[in-house]
Amino acid sequence: MPKKRVEKETAVALPRRNFLTKLWFGLGLVVFGELVWIVTSFLRPRRSPTPEGDFGAIVTAGPVEGFTQNSVTAFPRGHFYLARLEDGGFLAISRRCTHLGCTVPWITEDQQFICPCHSSAFDIRGAVVRSPAPRPLDLYPITIENEVVLVDTGRTIRRSEFRPEQVAFGQRGAKKG
Amino acid sequence: MTSPSDRPHADPGFFKRIRLSILSDPVIPHTDLERKRYLFRNLILHFRPATVPVDTLRFSLTWGLGGMAAVLVLLQIGTGVLLKFAYEPTPAAAYASIQSLVAGVPFGRLIRNMHHWCAHLLVLVVLLHMLRVFFTGAFHPPRQFNWVIGLTLFCFVLIANFSGYLLPWDQLAYWAVTVSTGMLEYVPWFGFAVQKLIRGGPDIGPATLRIFFAVHTAVVPILLFLLMGFHFWRVRKAGGLVIPHAPGEASLDPPEKVPTLPDLLLRETVVALALIAVVILLAIFFDAPLDDPANPGLSPNPTKAPWYFAGLQELLLHLHPLFAVFIVPLVAAAALLTLPYLRYETDTGGVWFASRTGRIAGIVAASVALVITPVLILLDDWLTHPGNRFSDIPAVIGDGLIPFVFLLAAIALIYRMLRRRFSASRNETIQAVFIFLLAAFIIMTIIGVWFRGAGMKLVWP
Repeated sequence: MPKKRVEKETAVALPRRNFLTKLWFGLGLVVFGELVWIVTSFLRPRRSPTPEGDFGAIVTAGPVEGFTQNSVTAFPRGHFYLARLEDGGFLAISRRCTHLGCTVPWITEDQQFICPCHSSAFDIRGAVVRSPAPRPLDLYPITIENEVVLVDTGRTIRRSEFRPEQVAFGQRGAKKG
Repeated sequence: MTSPSDRPHADPGFFKRIRLSILSDPVIPHTDLERKRYLFRNLILHFRPATVPVDTLRFSLTWGLGGMAAVLVLLQIGTGVLLKFAYEPTPAAAYASIQSLVAGVPFGRLIRNMHHWCAHLLVLVVLLHMLRVFFTGAFHPPRQFNWVIGLTLFCFVLIANFSGYLLPWDQLAYWAVTVSTGMLEYVPWFGFAVQKLIRGGPDIGPATLRIFFAVHTAVVPILLFLLMGFHFWRVRKAGGLVIPHAPGEASLDPPEKVPTLPDLLLRETVVALALIAVVILLAIFFDAPLDDPANPGLSPNPTKAPWYFAGLQELLLHLHPLFAVFIVPLVAAAALLTLPYLRYETDTGGVWFASRTGRIAGIVAASVALVITPVLILLDDWLTHPGNRFSDIPAVIGDGLIPFVFLLAAIALIYRMLRRRFSASRNETIQAVFIFLLAAFIIMTIIGVWFRGAGMKLVWP
């Protein structure tokens, strides 16, 4: 009798046991995957419902004629500078240094943004004048409606170099063309 | 207090019955047998062995560093729990809560200072402990994996320090963390995502403080404590510490042993008490810094990473970011992890610096690094002076690949020369290379901390 049972086990139970073992391992993996999924979705950064200051929203910078050519105006609550170039075009330049994220001040006498942390320097267009910064300062998209400059600080534009098409023009600025 | 001569069978009174139900042994054991029983039956002491080899008690083997690290962790838990009652983890309230802690809470300043100095000491002590283990060859089998656990513990200590750095929410904290997490942007593929995860968004803000607070006060302490238990357990499973002996001299087998209580525990207590005294003295006489409240609109000049990242920040000034913050640390971590798994001719466990040749090679390597590192830094500073920075070679190759390959070639050359010319063993050679890189890193850290002024320009301190 016992002999028969052993035979039966090896013949029938072993594949079944193998199958069940694999099933358990598979279920274990599924549980692990679920855990990872739950934890990562819990910890994933969320966009805060109320942006701090003006940052993250569309900022109304002001009428085009309010900015003189070849000038830089700081918008501390929007975390950007509005630069008006010599040709009358606008750039909304992020104040974050592209090297390690320090806040760059506009130094009027040098006509440059100079980072206090590692002395990277950028010109009025945000282009790198002196490394270690690897790329120009980031931009925010500008729309000019009815000769009023609007800056969308919710969307950051990373760029590898300055190109003329990055500059936004108002109606009167474009006339120069 | 009961005297040990009390007979346990003489019908004890009410309070004595309660005491015996908690601890049936005498409070202070007097005989060897009583001490042994005490060790076995005490929850905290029972994970220690009953006896230890007498030679491992030598202070010049361990310098008490592992024990010091454990004491510092306990102090951090104690002071940290207290601080948690006074601190508010929101950008609006954090700075003020530290101010009122320092000014208004009785002993608030002392507890905060202790927490601060313990944190710095912990990094230092763990680092020295690691060097001790390496230089006494205590990573050979069966202690290989404990080296890996130790490295992980070191990472946890760094994370604990770094996450605590932000909490005061002052200018120092805000910008040091901005710069340090800014380094992550240069890690290819996943660096940006990791940075966003750590900061809880693109910038340092309320979410960052929340995350750092949770990591600092829950995640790291729990993991650190669990892993410490694992670390200690592996020490015991390895038969205790390596038994020290002079180069070329064999150690006794089996080693002569002495009871843990009192021989080891008394020594540990002395070290612990001395360390606590040092911490309290530091906390009394030196205040933990508190700068102006964090101002995201104004970066102070200079902005520096915490001192344990200063070497990395110095590297970042000379190498392309991809290499400075990704490839070099990755290679260094991989090298450290594989150290105990390399093939060595001899087990140098218990011999300081492996052998006489090892000592000489180590001194030469350290001296070379001591000269070469400042010279290279000055040379690079002169070469990259504003104006002659840009060349036709892309920065990744000119500032990254070429110096990196040059460094690897220099290491390979040193390795070959030591092996061939001086017929050093692999133990001695790898140790010399390790010392060379360590000395270079220490010098970079020193330069980063004391010799970098406004705009990160080289200055005399």
